Amino acid sequence: MIKFILRRTLIMIPQLLLLSLIIFVLAKQMPGDAVTGAFMGNPNATPEQMESIREHYGLNDPWYVQYGNWIGKAVKGDLGQSYTHKQPVTHLLAGRVANTVTLSLFVLIVTYAIAIPLGIIAGRWTDTWADKLIVTYNYFSFATPLFVFALLMLFLFSFVLGWFPSGGSVDVRIETGTWAYYVSKLKHLVLPGMSGALLATFGTIQYLRNDIIDTKLKDFVKTARAKGVPEGKVYTRHILRNSMLPIAAFLGYEVTGLIAGSIFLEMIFSYPGLGQLFIQSITGRDFTVTTAIVMISGTAVIVGTMLSDIILSAIDPRIRIE
Amino acid sequence: MAETVLEIENLRTSFNIKGNYYAAVDGVSLTVHKNEVVAIVGESGCGKSALALSIIGLHNAKTTKLEGQVNLKEQNLLSLPVEKLNKIRGKDLGMIFQDPMTALNPLATIGRQIAEPMDYHMKLSSAAKKKRVLELLGQVGIKDANRIYKQYPHELSGGMRQRVVIAIALACNPVMLIADEPTTALDVTIQAQIMDLMKELQRITDSGIILITHDLGVVAEMANRVAVMYAGEFVEIADVNTLFSNPLHPYTRSLLSSIPSNMTDKEELHVIEGIVPSIQKLDRKGCRFAPRIPWISEDAHEDNPTLHEVEPGHFVRCTCYKEFHFPEDQVEDENYVTT
Amino acid sequence: MSLLNVKDLQVHFPIRGGFFRRVVDHVRAVDGVSFNLEPGETYGLVGESGCGKTTTGRAIIGLNKATGGEVLFNGDNLANMNGHDRRKHIRDIQMIFQDPYSSLNGRKNVLNIIAEPLRNFERLSPKEELTRVQNMIERVGLSPESIYKYPHQFSGGQRQRIGIARALMLNPKLIIADEPVSALDVSVQAQVLNFMQEIQKDFGLTYLFISHDLGVIKHICDRIGIMYKGRFVEEGTAEDVYNNPQHLYTKRLIAAIPEMDPAKRFEKMELRKEINNAYRKEYDSYFDKDGRMFDLKPLTPTHSVAVQKGGM
Repeated sequence: MIKFILRRTLIMIPQLLLLSLIIFVLAKQMPGDAVTGAFMGNPNATPEQMESIREHYGLNDPWYVQYGNWIGKAVKGDLGQSYTHKQPVTHLLAGRVANTVTLSLFVLIVTYAIAIPLGIIAGRWTDTWADKLIVTYNYFSFATPLFVFALLMLFLFSFVLGWFPSGGSVDVRIETGTWAYYVSKLKHLVLPGMSGALLATFGTIQYLRNDIIDTKLKDFVKTARAKGVPEGKVYTRHILRNSMLPIAAFLGYEVTGLIAGSIFLEMIFSYPGLGQLFIQSITGRDFTVTTAIVMISGTAVIVGTMLSDIILSAIDPRIRIE
Repeated sequence: MAETVLEIENLRTSFNIKGNYYAAVDGVSLTVHKNEVVAIVGESGCGKSALALSIIGLHNAKTTKLEGQVNLKEQNLLSLPVEKLNKIRGKDLGMIFQDPMTALNPLATIGRQIAEPMDYHMKLSSAAKKKRVLELLGQVGIKDANRIYKQYPHELSGGMRQRVVIAIALACNPVMLIADEPTTALDVTIQAQIMDLMKELQRITDSGIILITHDLGVVAEMANRVAVMYAGEFVEIADVNTLFSNPLHPYTRSLLSSIPSNMTDKEELHVIEGIVPSIQKLDRKGCRFAPRIPWISEDAHEDNPTLHEVEPGHFVRCTCYKEFHFPEDQVEDENYVTT
Repeated sequence: MSLLNVKDLQVHFPIRGGFFRRVVDHVRAVDGVSFNLEPGETYGLVGESGCGKTTTGRAIIGLNKATGGEVLFNGDNLANMNGHDRRKHIRDIQMIFQDPYSSLNGRKNVLNIIAEPLRNFERLSPKEELTRVQNMIERVGLSPESIYKYPHQFSGGQRQRIGIARALMLNPKLIIADEPVSALDVSVQAQVLNFMQEIQKDFGLTYLFISHDLGVIKHICDRIGIMYKGRFVEEGTAEDVYNNPQHLYTKRLIAAIPEMDPAKRFEKMELRKEINNAYRKEYDSYFDKDGRMFDLKPLTPTHSVAVQKGGM
């Protein structure tokens, strides 16, 4: 098992290198660079000035030299300097990473907390009214665009009912670290988190429901019934464990969805996270920030897939290979 | 006669197909005694597996209608609610499934799976359970039981897994076993081992066994009595020696002569004309085998054929057996007449 | 001259292992198999699952790559040909598969299924194609209008006939039949076996018949090769193998055939026990120091056996 985890972790190194290379090259292909972004709308900037700044930041070096510099520093934790914010990228990202991770974890946990029970109910009692209701909700969540739904939630629960704040990640007037501070954080999380989670349940419910319906008909379930295992135990001991396998395998994919979703959520709820910064950095041609964020997101996906593999190998003895 | 263990009376199992119920098992009666192996033999679609699943209550209750009686230990299993049935399944009534590759839970250890029926039917300490599991593994001929105990199904060969499936069925000393094609999915030498193992076990457990199979070779090796099934009905019931030495029903005779066995030479095998009727299109009034033997005159069959006891313990359905002959034989007769 | 001459055929699959998943060893699925097929005969390859019989059949037709040895078909070595050259020869060899339910594409009608080999190898007008398919479908005993039906509208035996019709379309010389009747009920199996014998005469076919069912093999085959762990243990006429088995493994296989006389069942059980005991005791003596079974040595002109250490 340890050997498996070790190998699975080592595989990440070439994956990450390849990812960084692709991101870097793609970012270089974008029209304009940080300098054009920084001087955008400034009629006083002369091309000569801009060129000298490019020279200063090494933007005229061949791409592989730039890549080498970038990756060398990145390994040491230095992701460069933001051109628009005039501060180290790591510094800029620190607080926002924490916010986005909190939001994503919140969405992930709520998604599973809703989806797994609903998937089990729908799969176990197929063709009952409960199943039909869940399937209807599922089609709704699949068909509704996140930004429409999030705006609706914002309008209803913030503007009309006033239950939750409409933006930010915490009430700035409250002292950091107090009880009230964490309550405020949570209050700010609920609207974006629930909006994301309620629509993200689709995949998990669908997979779980279908897998339970399939597994119910498997021979080993007949064996269990022939042993006289009570119906409830047939599910908990035999069906669910097998049906959770695809859900675990799905985790890596789920992380990808979270990242894409967080961009919308953070924009709509003006939640100061990576997604919001990402959009700003693209419009501002803030090359170093963009690559850093894409790199972090890509790493999250790779780590998510690795977690999937490790969880799978922990519950499925067939995958426990040396 | 030995003590009766299982008594099936006029069992009818119907499936809901597009709103109508059609009987796949159509009025079957059978008695199984202590220490007796009764084989139910027939080709796919004859209803033998539906019969097995009806006895142990594994059909989907929503789409299946069960009528008649299945009596085990003075209780009619068909009228019991699931909770009560679960007290009998795995305890008095064990089941051996066809495909050992799929009959075991891939995520649980062998030890856990054999011990599971004991969780519900026996009050045993976990140490006593383990002891019993190891004993069972030994009984089904698994040598290093201690190692197998901790292993998972995918680590075992097909033959070993089938031994485990048998151990599960035997875990709580059932009085009645149902074996649904227990050797069909196995290689020949493994099949032979499992057949011999089951014969061996039958000597020590004295439970009654219903053996569902399509293979007359397996029947000849294992059964005491045989019921031949066609289109949902028993067409012939006899003790095993009688069935092989004096088969009477046209279906039994046709089946026996279509086997490329040791006896036949390079000559042509007998082919049964036509196909098995689907349960929706089946004509349930007359002799159900009549369409497969069109050269036999209609007068030979009876209306609503019943089982006739032609000699003690030997039952044949319909009167057509009296006039049955293979078409090849008829050609010779005609030649004989014309020349 | 032999139609097919398999010489020391080997099919090895790599096993990967270790930290970098390098090739650490090979599965010797087929490990030095040699046999000849004479025109018009039926040759049976028999053994239990994993013995290499199916891989041998697939290697002959090129579905598995032979990693060593020769497959001489009419004198041409198919084993070392590239795909393009093999194509010219391969139309004379066709294959019939085990499962008539899954080996036919359910989305194609019978016309398209049967015409496929024609379309691959010959350029015919739609009309010519239709007549050839219609002739063939009648020849295999199906009604002419069935060419517009789909596989699911047929019974198992009929489907196997469709599979056979497809194989016959190019007038092949050799048919490799891989467990063609194993998925069928006995009465349907009888139908297909009779039919295969009938068309063998009519089309002058040679069969390589692969099966695990010793009863079927005995019924249909002239000569038989018994395989175990990728090697031949015994080869001979049906008579030689069934009435005078020499290798202990062959004896074990034959003893495993269910006894059709109920009175002899316990006798058979004792016989099996005896053979199994001997088998366990002598097992090692059937393999050389590399764990490979010994080569076949001829006993009579038709009958050869893999010799045992110290034996014969």
